[in-house]
Amino acid sequence: MKQGTATLPLKRPQSMKSSRRWALIWSYVFLVLFAVFFLMPPIYMLITSLKGSGEISAVTNPWWVYYPTLENYTALLGSSTYMTFFRNSALVASIVVAVTMMISIPAAFALSRMKFWGSATLATGVFLTYLVPDTLLFIPLFKIFAWVREYTGIELINHWWALIIIYPTLTVPFATWILIAYFASIPKELDEAALIDGAGYIQMLTRIFIPVALPGIIAATIFAFTVAWSQFLYPLAFTTSADQLVLPVGIVTTLIKGDVYNWGQIMTGALLGAAPPLLIYAFLMDYYIAGLTAGATKG
Amino acid sequence: MAQLSLHNLVKNYDETPAVRGIDLEIADKEFVVLVGPSGCGKSTTLRMIAGLEDITAGDIRIGDDVVNDVPPKDRNIAMVFQNYALYPHMTVYENMSFGLRLRKFPKDEIAVRVENAARILAITELLQRKPKQLSGGQRQRVAMGRAIVRDPKVFLFDEPLSNLDAKLRVQMRTEIKRVHQKVRTTTVYVTHDQIEAMTLADRVVVMNDGRIEQVGTPNDLYHSPATKFVASFIGSPAMNFVPCTLEEVGGALRVRLDGDIAFPVPQDRTQRYRAHIGKPSLLFGLRPEHIMEQRPHLEANQHPFEVELDVTEPMGMETMVFFVLNGAEICGRVNPNAGAQAGARMNLVADLANMHLIDDVSGLVL
Repeated sequence: MKQGTATLPLKRPQSMKSSRRWALIWSYVFLVLFAVFFLMPPIYMLITSLKGSGEISAVTNPWWVYYPTLENYTALLGSSTYMTFFRNSALVASIVVAVTMMISIPAAFALSRMKFWGSATLATGVFLTYLVPDTLLFIPLFKIFAWVREYTGIELINHWWALIIIYPTLTVPFATWILIAYFASIPKELDEAALIDGAGYIQMLTRIFIPVALPGIIAATIFAFTVAWSQFLYPLAFTTSADQLVLPVGIVTTLIKGDVYNWGQIMTGALLGAAPPLLIYAFLMDYYIAGLTAGATKG
Repeated sequence: MAQLSLHNLVKNYDETPAVRGIDLEIADKEFVVLVGPSGCGKSTTLRMIAGLEDITAGDIRIGDDVVNDVPPKDRNIAMVFQNYALYPHMTVYENMSFGLRLRKFPKDEIAVRVENAARILAITELLQRKPKQLSGGQRQRVAMGRAIVRDPKVFLFDEPLSNLDAKLRVQMRTEIKRVHQKVRTTTVYVTHDQIEAMTLADRVVVMNDGRIEQVGTPNDLYHSPATKFVASFIGSPAMNFVPCTLEEVGGALRVRLDGDIAFPVPQDRTQRYRAHIGKPSLLFGLRPEHIMEQRPHLEANQHPFEVELDVTEPMGMETMVFFVLNGAEICGRVNPNAGAQAGARMNLVADLANMHLIDDVSGLVL
């Protein structure tokens, strides 16, 4: 064989530009598919919430509103029970977020930075706790609540504030885990510089770690709020009176009467209930940008 | 007054020794560079001085106080890190003033100190910027500024120039020297770069394997290395080593490198070397700059020899020539106009006034 002659037919090399174009086209195709798939339920909720009960039960196009009405909205927003659910949910979620952060931030700081005997095992243990399904926990929790009543006389069942004690068992492990990972990405020299500059551990946490890890803390906040806000199983199990219910349980238990489904209000209630996490997410999104550590060290 | 003294300083990580007993006295206002290959314990030593590592045994004194168990913030030291370690969420001003603010200095004094330091480092116009808006060299200046404003007893530098590109490194080296001449604070500087060590230091401490090999001024280390390690570590290109034997011919000593080439030992070393006649495992050491092209007039202790060159490397102001003597690769520096050519024979001159004789077993320069 003569040197230098290629035996394979030369395939025209694809230009960077056209391969990039194809990558973009496929990205858009799948993104649109996903968007349609995930947006369908909320859109259906929105459409149904604008219908009167007559139109809902009528055989018409379910994806179109012929006689739009706000009657569901006025009914719900004017109903004191719905506003109670809303208030309970808001209180539970915001207090749980605060409690979670107050536990997770120092815990993550201690586990990621203050090397002590067993800290690595403990950090893994925190994550394993999160892997235990919450459905397995509510019977033991019932048992614990019964003991608490027996020995202290404090009744925890059927009080919305009892949820504030329960939810952190779900939010703290995961939030701590997120924050451990985030704190671990902060260069060690930053603490050492702070130590030499004269900071104690508390100052190192409040003046260096919390500001630098803000994106991580916000991610954990969003997570904790979402968990607390959308929790269904625990409030269903632990609260029963209408004035103690939170939103997801309240909608289902009060708007479904026997086999009568008040679809218009259920959809409206769900839609309104989905609004706060969306608002919080939109509000915090500005801060939720990675790369806040840029410039601390050589990239 | 802030002299720094290390007494029998030891650091073990679990069972692995990192620093094996160091004694060092650093005078007030002195600039001392710890230099050595990676893993020699130089950074660990610095971190022990800073209080960032516990010490296993020994004493560290700053001024008159033993600071073994004093936390970093109370040692009155400042440190510049390799990766700058600037607080990313603070402006340059806030970065530099952080230590003073933690110590509750009055606001106007902080302002005066920061502005002074900024002026020394020429970063006044950067004070309101965030670290991410700065170049590598500017970040390094800010890191130094953060140290200067504290007016500490001791400055510690941990390979501060390693992250900069070659050109900037040379520039910042000069800058550090200039700053030290202005600020005059006792300084301990760690680097693996012997050129940095030589150019910056009042005294250089060469470390190897957790021990101090030699302490001395840059010129001491260059001209009178105590060990083979120091001889090979200081100077670039490195010193040449050739296996040799020492023989006596008519009362004068000669080092024989191989069958053909033997160099006379300078008169003044005869006494020193006499005990080593006939010893095996001797090395002849000579720096490349002491191997030159043949000249019309030989000075005292210069001795001509002829070799076949393997490789030549023109550097512009000089040409490096490489050849093999007694199995060892040798490098010499000749005038670019001397006509050095690879594969050709060339007459060279060895300047034996600068020769070293090394016992390869003990590693000591004789």
